[in-house]
Amino acid sequence: MSETIAFLKPRADVLARRATIIADLADLLPPEGLVHEPRELVPFETDAFVSYRRLPLAVALPTSTAEVAAVLKYCHRYGIPVVPRGAGTSLCGGAIPQEDAVVIGLSRLSRILEIDTANRTATVQAGVTNLAISDAVSPEGFFYAPDPSSQLACTIGGNIGMNSGGAHCLKYGVTTNNLLGVKLVLVDGTVIALGGKHLDAAGYDLLGLVCGSEGQLGIVTEATVRILAKPEGARPVLFGFDTSEEAGACVADVIGSGIIPVAIEFMDKPAIEICEAFAKAGYPLDVGALLIVEVEGSEAEMDAMLALIVEIARRHGVLTVRECQSATEAALIWKGRKSAFGATGRIADYICMDGTVPLSQLPYVLKRTGEIVAGFGLRVANVFHAGDGNMHPLILFNANDPVEAAKAEAAGNEILKLCVDAGGCLTGEHGVGIEKRDLMRHQYSEADLAQQMAVRAAFDAQWLMNPSKVFPLEGRPAA
Amino acid sequence: MSAILVPVCEEEAAGMIRAAAEGGRTLAISGGNTRIGFGRPVEADAVLRSAGISGIVAYDPAEMVMTARAGTPLGEIEEALLESGQMLSFDPIDHRAIMGTEGEPTIGGVFATNASGSRRLSAGAARDSLLGIRFVNGRGEAIRAGGRVMKNVTGLDLVKLLAGSQGTLGFLTEVTFRVLPRPQTEQTVIVSGLDDEAATRVMATAMGLPLEVSAAAHLPESVRGRFLGGHLPEGAATVLRLEGLSASVSVRAARLRELLGRHAPVSAIENEASAHLWRQIRDVAPYTDNTCRPVWRVSVAPSAGFQVVAALRQEAGIDVFYDWQGGLVWMRMEADPEADLLRRVIAHFGGGHATLMRASERMRQAIAPFEPLPDPVAVLTQRVRLSLDPFGVFARRIT
Repeated sequence: MSETIAFLKPRADVLARRATIIADLADLLPPEGLVHEPRELVPFETDAFVSYRRLPLAVALPTSTAEVAAVLKYCHRYGIPVVPRGAGTSLCGGAIPQEDAVVIGLSRLSRILEIDTANRTATVQAGVTNLAISDAVSPEGFFYAPDPSSQLACTIGGNIGMNSGGAHCLKYGVTTNNLLGVKLVLVDGTVIALGGKHLDAAGYDLLGLVCGSEGQLGIVTEATVRILAKPEGARPVLFGFDTSEEAGACVADVIGSGIIPVAIEFMDKPAIEICEAFAKAGYPLDVGALLIVEVEGSEAEMDAMLALIVEIARRHGVLTVRECQSATEAALIWKGRKSAFGATGRIADYICMDGTVPLSQLPYVLKRTGEIVAGFGLRVANVFHAGDGNMHPLILFNANDPVEAAKAEAAGNEILKLCVDAGGCLTGEHGVGIEKRDLMRHQYSEADLAQQMAVRAAFDAQWLMNPSKVFPLEGRPAA
Repeated sequence: MSAILVPVCEEEAAGMIRAAAEGGRTLAISGGNTRIGFGRPVEADAVLRSAGISGIVAYDPAEMVMTARAGTPLGEIEEALLESGQMLSFDPIDHRAIMGTEGEPTIGGVFATNASGSRRLSAGAARDSLLGIRFVNGRGEAIRAGGRVMKNVTGLDLVKLLAGSQGTLGFLTEVTFRVLPRPQTEQTVIVSGLDDEAATRVMATAMGLPLEVSAAAHLPESVRGRFLGGHLPEGAATVLRLEGLSASVSVRAARLRELLGRHAPVSAIENEASAHLWRQIRDVAPYTDNTCRPVWRVSVAPSAGFQVVAALRQEAGIDVFYDWQGGLVWMRMEADPEADLLRRVIAHFGGGHATLMRASERMRQAIAPFEPLPDPVAVLTQRVRLSLDPFGVFARRIT
């Protein structure tokens, strides 16, 4: 794919000192903690936003907060950019390095430090995967709620960097709502603690500021998160509607009724067809839109809630209602939805957008999304978290055709602008990274952006931390 | 005190702040003045009030989101929500009774102080419900942050930063927040006669069960009589709140009673009585005594609350009750505030923070009402403050 998004020009003085820098880093880290052979740097050249790649100068793989601090202190002293990296699953290029940067990879900081069920907290190192937290606390009857679809691979450090969401945030919130404390290494190597097992840290909410800061305010090495009692049971119901409008109106009514389902997932006709062809989940093919609504609780509670939800769906002319009697049936309902990205990837290349819109705008935005993509001569499938308005249109294209690839990127940008204009935002859970960086001016005024950048500079005056990301490259304060 | 400025729109407020910055004057930001006793007594050249910037801007119950101007009275917001069967999930504390203030709380003041109540334990703090803001920074620039959607990771989260900043970083002009459906029904299960340690264990057990207990508090015998007109059952009361659909609440209450009733007397109250009890807990009813005796709000790990209290009792005269599963300790000192002692004990039991919520002006002047920050965090805090208020226009209540 041709590159339309620019990176900062590598600092020539840093590139010129490459050998010295690597030698110095070798003094700070054990041999297995430093990667610098070009061949071995390749796995770090990109993340899940694979159309852009850059080989970093070196990769540090620390195993302690002290090692992270030593590397940061060194880089800060010599003006070397730093790119933090969790598992490299970012969909917006948040972990893509640059030629003059040292990547600090957190994969070896992978210990679970403490599980405290009395206080319902888990304290883990930043490289622990999202799912590993839930797995570790599961025997005690607990789970960690935010569940991005990459949860098998993605790290809690990366989740904090991007303030990750997931399918269940309608009820449980996103990372920032489940994060109690962090150990944070500042750009100059200073180690600070924010929050802890208590609620609402003293002073300004720096923890809230750090969460979602895309690795620009420091590097989190440890996190204390809230764990919750696992619900007794969970049960989905599947609805088929003639049109997206009817499905959208049903979503609004369910939420307005006073029930908070744990998830409401939406699929449009192209998405239903793609998923059904792949997963054979028994989805109805004669409908224009499909909803999966899941509730949690005891059997009696779920019966009561589902009865209300089905009644609401009937008021909106639902064509298909599939309730499930067994765990197998429930799993089948979810199987199609969960295979959406994989199934789509089998039939075409795609880019996944992440704009969020107010619920009342869903039908309009869906319609316009279809028109925009059709205008570029491409196809789109919509699979998303309807309960919170977080859209995920998948724009299908052929990556080997540069013209089509450019069209897909252009259509994606149009859709994100549409989301902003409808009262929403560019990104609900993936982050800005490099992907949406140049669209930030569409959402924010110059003064808004200048204020964010001033706060950012309070943490990192030299703009060394993940510098090519989030904020447009032009108009930055002089370093 | 000096002049009181009451702008009627954001633009006028921006002009006033610019003028103050240029003239080297300081402004003390205020909403309804009901939380005015927080922190250090404020010295400023003028008060900047949000009262003139008022009114609900947008509210669509189906989206569970409301936008209101910062000076809107909280009562007006709650009334509008009630009409649509919704509520503020974080249950903002009303500081008037405990602090002896008058006036109408504003929605801007609620978020500027991150005022959360008992349900904070399960539904998050005010800051968790806040989706977007407009504010004027110390340069007199109108800034927008966040938005009106639940999921938004576009840029730095200045919304969280401004929430709870006590009017020291910017003048809020508009807030957009998430609301929740009012539960159809509620019940509070009361376990009687437990000491603080046993109560902490019971609360932890209850919160660890899949029963969605929305709030958990412990009211020792010394304060029991101050709730529900003295009608709580004999002995200390450990209270667990259940809310939701009636079918679900009754099932969960029965389970809880069966489980906890094996070791102690268990009873329950419903609906209005239950709601009233939780309002009293939220608003610190036992220490609403028309005195200036120091009241601390201590936040520690739930399991540490009773330990902090036991250690302090060795050295000072205190009275306490617990919210947030034991992690929020409301503490009245019978004599001086004993700030250093209290903070040493908190640090010893795993850390947290203590805020002096009520005390005479002299005491608030003499000690740090907000938890002092460790050096590197204090330095960072100062830099963050300067990035929003480079000329020091906004009066410093915090440090």
